[in-house]
Amino acid sequence: MAAVKFEQAMARLEAIVGELEKSDLPLDESLKIFEEGIRLSKNCLKVLEEAEHKVEVLVQDKNGKKRIHAFSADDEADAPSA
Amino acid sequence: MLTVSELTGLLRTSIEEQFSDIWLEGELSNVRAPGSGHIYCTLKDKTSQIRAVLFRSSAVRLRFALQEGMHVIVRGRLTVYELRGEYQIVLDTVEPKGIGALQLAFEQLKERLAAEGLFDQDRKKPLPPFPRTVGVVTSMTGAAVRDILAVLRRRWPALHILIAPVQVQGESAGRQIAEALAALNDWGSVDVIVVGRGGGSLEDLWSFNEEVVVRAIVASHVPVVSAVGHEIDVTLADFAADLRAPTPSAAAEAVVPVLAEVVERLRELTIRTGQVMSRHCAFERQRLDAAIRGVTDLRFRLQDAAQRTDDMVDRLRGIVQHLLVSGRERVHTMQRDLSALNPILVIKQGLATVPQFSKRLEGQMGAILAQHRHRTQAMLAQLNTLSPLAVLGRGYSILHTVPAGQILHRASDVSVGQELEAQLAQGQLTCVVTRVGDDSSV
Repeated sequence: MAAVKFEQAMARLEAIVGELEKSDLPLDESLKIFEEGIRLSKNCLKVLEEAEHKVEVLVQDKNGKKRIHAFSADDEADAPSA
Repeated sequence: MLTVSELTGLLRTSIEEQFSDIWLEGELSNVRAPGSGHIYCTLKDKTSQIRAVLFRSSAVRLRFALQEGMHVIVRGRLTVYELRGEYQIVLDTVEPKGIGALQLAFEQLKERLAAEGLFDQDRKKPLPPFPRTVGVVTSMTGAAVRDILAVLRRRWPALHILIAPVQVQGESAGRQIAEALAALNDWGSVDVIVVGRGGGSLEDLWSFNEEVVVRAIVASHVPVVSAVGHEIDVTLADFAADLRAPTPSAAAEAVVPVLAEVVERLRELTIRTGQVMSRHCAFERQRLDAAIRGVTDLRFRLQDAAQRTDDMVDRLRGIVQHLLVSGRERVHTMQRDLSALNPILVIKQGLATVPQFSKRLEGQMGAILAQHRHRTQAMLAQLNTLSPLAVLGRGYSILHTVPAGQILHRASDVSVGQELEAQLAQGQLTCVVTRVGDDSSV
């Protein structure tokens, strides 16, 4: 799930709560968006729980091609001094 | 005896030896920068002037643009331009007076780029609220990268961080920073970029004032947060960035929310959703109950209304009946009144009187007629006594001519042979005249 989708899901969830709290919706529609809201909130939590921490370094090799490698303490030593 | 060249050569040697390294203060005028890359100008004060040249090798190191009227302090050596026999100063460094060269360069570039609209507020892109991947452009060796990583990890542990290592000071730093920004844009999945470095001198931070960096930030499709030095340091990169953070740590705080807070927010939203829903259900339940009560009430009200309707129908019927009866009476009255005026009856009545009149008329007429007849008879009798014919009864006759019927009075009126008629009391005689006598004979 991309960041955009998570953002949209959160925004939709906020909107749903807002709509429900206005309470001018018919019951069946309320139930419908209520279910959508619960589904969204579960998905959002799942995304947050499943995402993993990852630090990588973008470097350019001798051929000018860009690649990434995992960040390690060595990177600091490798880097040109400023 | 010297030649011009010899004299000029001597002067040049002398001048170059004597003025090999001088500092000079003056006002720039007549600044020219032809294609060669050398810069020519004149330095002057109130009463004098001297030609000056800044050769290309020195000109490229110049951070600010030389402008007419600018007050400068220069360092250089004097020489003679033999071709024209003019002495001039070859400039090594030019510093603006009263303000640092870097500061001036900063102001000049800022003004130029601002005029292009590169710092306009409406160019600024909003930061994504929940980035998945954060790009970091900074040095691997500085404190900045450690600060950024630490803050990002603390706030949003489940984050993909992509570092593009660069030098953050020195000749090539600006170009490296610009290339790193472009590379992170090209990488595709980066949601927001932090570019910056820790604190340092104005010189140290200079790369972040370079035009190439400003343009790379402006060109970035991915939102850029700048964090250069400390809070008091402001670079052109800061002006160009979508958000300027005072420090690298602050930049990291600006790009990601606190995961715990987001989770809490999610939990709160979920709870609120449930609460609102159950409130809504309870409310709907109440409405339903009220509706059911309403239906029961309605039935009673309907029965009541039906009864009242019946009542009213009855009353209406009475009223209508009454109206009918009284109406009918009125019609009868009017008919009666009308009959009295019926013209046929009137005529019939009139006709009945006609025979009475005619009877009376007849009676009267009879009487009148009898009366007249009576009087006529009386008059006839009276007339008879007076009639000449009555004389005839006494033996007289009347002679008259035929056919004229003229009564004869004189014998001379007739001739012999003429036929006459004699009227007797009873019957007539036709006579012929045989003699006409004279009067005296009678």
